[in-house]
Amino acid sequence: MNEKRPLTKLLTGNEAVARGAYEAGLLFASAYPGTPSTEILETMSGYAGELYCEWAPNEKVALEAAMGASLAGVRSMAAMKHVGVNVAADPLFTFAYTGVGGGCVIVSADDPGMHSSQNEQDNRNYAAAARVLMLEPSDSQEALDFAKLAFELSERFDTPAMLRMTTRICHSKSLVSFGERVLPPVPAYRRDAAKYVATPANARVMRAKLSLRLEAMAEYSNSCAANRAEYNGGEIGVVSAGAAYQHAREAFGESASYLKIGLSFPLPTELIRAFASRVKKLYVVEELDPYMETRIREAGIECVGKALLPEAGELDADIIGKAVFGRGAEGPKSDLKAPQRPPTLCAGCPHRGFFHVLGKRKGVVITGDIGCYTLASAPPLSAMDSCFCMGGSISTGHGAAMAFGMAGMKEKVVAVIGDSTFFHSGITSLMDVAYNGGRSVSVILDNRITGMTGHQENPGTGYTLMGGKAVMADIPAICKAIGIKGENIYLVNPLELDAVGAALDDALSKDEPTVIVTRWPCVLKKPSPEDRDEFGPAPGRCEIDQDACRKCGQCVKTGCPAICSGGSVTIDAGACTGCAVCLQACPFGAIKEVRP
Amino acid sequence: MSAVNGGDVRSVLMVGVGGQGTILAGRILSEGLAEAGYDVKMSEIHGMSQRGGSVSTHVRFGERVRSPVTGRGGADVIAAFEKLEALRWLEYLKEGGLMLINDFEIPPAPVLMGLEPYPDGIADELSGRARVGVFDARAIAEGLGNARAMNMVLLGALAKAVGVGGVDWEGTIRRNVKKGFEDLNIRAFEHGFLRLGPFG
Repeated sequence: MNEKRPLTKLLTGNEAVARGAYEAGLLFASAYPGTPSTEILETMSGYAGELYCEWAPNEKVALEAAMGASLAGVRSMAAMKHVGVNVAADPLFTFAYTGVGGGCVIVSADDPGMHSSQNEQDNRNYAAAARVLMLEPSDSQEALDFAKLAFELSERFDTPAMLRMTTRICHSKSLVSFGERVLPPVPAYRRDAAKYVATPANARVMRAKLSLRLEAMAEYSNSCAANRAEYNGGEIGVVSAGAAYQHAREAFGESASYLKIGLSFPLPTELIRAFASRVKKLYVVEELDPYMETRIREAGIECVGKALLPEAGELDADIIGKAVFGRGAEGPKSDLKAPQRPPTLCAGCPHRGFFHVLGKRKGVVITGDIGCYTLASAPPLSAMDSCFCMGGSISTGHGAAMAFGMAGMKEKVVAVIGDSTFFHSGITSLMDVAYNGGRSVSVILDNRITGMTGHQENPGTGYTLMGGKAVMADIPAICKAIGIKGENIYLVNPLELDAVGAALDDALSKDEPTVIVTRWPCVLKKPSPEDRDEFGPAPGRCEIDQDACRKCGQCVKTGCPAICSGGSVTIDAGACTGCAVCLQACPFGAIKEVRP
Repeated sequence: MSAVNGGDVRSVLMVGVGGQGTILAGRILSEGLAEAGYDVKMSEIHGMSQRGGSVSTHVRFGERVRSPVTGRGGADVIAAFEKLEALRWLEYLKEGGLMLINDFEIPPAPVLMGLEPYPDGIADELSGRARVGVFDARAIAEGLGNARAMNMVLLGALAKAVGVGGVDWEGTIRRNVKKGFEDLNIRAFEHGFLRLGPFG
């Protein structure tokens, strides 16, 4: 009974990264939530007490905080989705120069296939551009093991290390053996300005050191255990990494030989050369960019990759099999067409009322941002002109408004952004509008939580990742402090359509910066005590009086998934939350509120 | 060269609509299989697709599983928690595979808006193309006391169709469902497992 067995559990890749960091003795982690990376820090918060972890307002802040912890001598991590690395790129490139104190790992969770993202950039390119280590796990066990290895290598080579996850690694579960947590000693702090103060004079020295470090890392890569060859036969050799390796392993089967790349920057060029010399034909199987293929060719090694395989989207064994061998399984097909099932704003979503009113305004250009409210771009709301990046709506809206003015055009601009996104990088955009005397209307859709990623606390909610009470950032006060006039700040309940309309009319009539703050909690949010005090109990539900209904479709045009338009228009009592947006949209008074 | 979907590995797909409980069902299936000694991989998609969109959970198990996902023509069993999703995922079924269909409709946005009809006769259409088992899991769950246990009825039918022995389903369900709802969920699972089928 006392026999000690390794604990084996089914874990997602994200859970395994958190476990690996915990076992490596991490003391500090910071992140901004973003699919598919969010659960790394959520899992980490389960170790609260033994380590500290937090939500930062954005990825740049998260990385800088992790760099500070590294400077202090402890092991630290910053986790983010792929586009978050763009935000954090400024500190990253200089951190590559200074190197680390305590080991520091940056997790980049890429999203091939764009399951929940606005692009599918391949962040292995960042490691090469910044000249930092890049590890790519291919299942949950490797996610744990590579997270630990990344800390060791970060300290050994005095460099930040990146861990590249992808959606299929983050959100797939596989069996994982655990280890023990080992806390490395934290050295006494001493100032080292030559190492950490990146003035031009110091940075030139750092740059020279970076080249030496890169040489040492490249040399090491050829003997790194994370890069391993498996020889089965001399006909076909496959070089692959990450999720693509698992798919390739099935598509090419047991007779092919494999070189599984775990440390993908710097690539183990000599190991690849030796492997290539033992096989007749070399394939490179990788998701997204021809990152390895380009470097392998540059080393003068012949290989086949993107000539056969797609550069866009996820791979699977079937796609690889068909691309390489021209054959694979086919399933049954039907001539019956399945209507699309796009995601929609939930029944009772506070964004619906606002966009229902905004979408009806003519001559208004609506610049959007990253969040659930981007779903308002789809019919029937169809209330959005653009969406680029986190925090971008207010600044693109400002530029568009000034441009329309300069070009003598009449279009007005309304920029929409969520509360968490405003804290992320919308505040600086609004400062641009205020400072330069812009003419756009900026709308902050405050639903009291970070919604789309599954309800994470943020600076406005009053709570922290580890469950502590926090100060609550006051959005109207922030707007005022950066220069928006008090009379130009409107605070409205987005479920009250008349109030939304009046605020929009007034704001659109002004030729100076205005802000509308809508404030109502996400319908899926578990209310905090403060929410209960402010917003009261949940309302009843709505019902359509079939005798009064004229089937005009106004309620259907709110896009509520609880409303069904067949022969008659009905409201699903199980789905309706009683937000009463449809009731206000009905021109015939046919919808009534029913109290339970 | 081995078959594209690899040796003894079996592939199961659970498809439905965000909020139907496919993720919980997938977790119980995976944990049960792992404890019975199989290598298991499970993959699911979170994020924006959860807002009423089409969702899928892939579970693959066997001696040694590599890829966590099932490609077209690769699934031994598909459990469609919603009827339209059965139609959407049909081509992922392996030749000779089994499609379990919950005779339950959740109209998607284009249907709600009256822009497109919900297709008629999906079950008949699929019966002509593959081995299918059709049942009304919601009515069964309602009969057992709570329509929300629909996912466990489907999981029970799926577990039987997958046909593996030595799995402690009851214990796995007990550990994973909400406190106070253990017995309901176990009854729903047992109904699916013991009383439905054999199919096709």
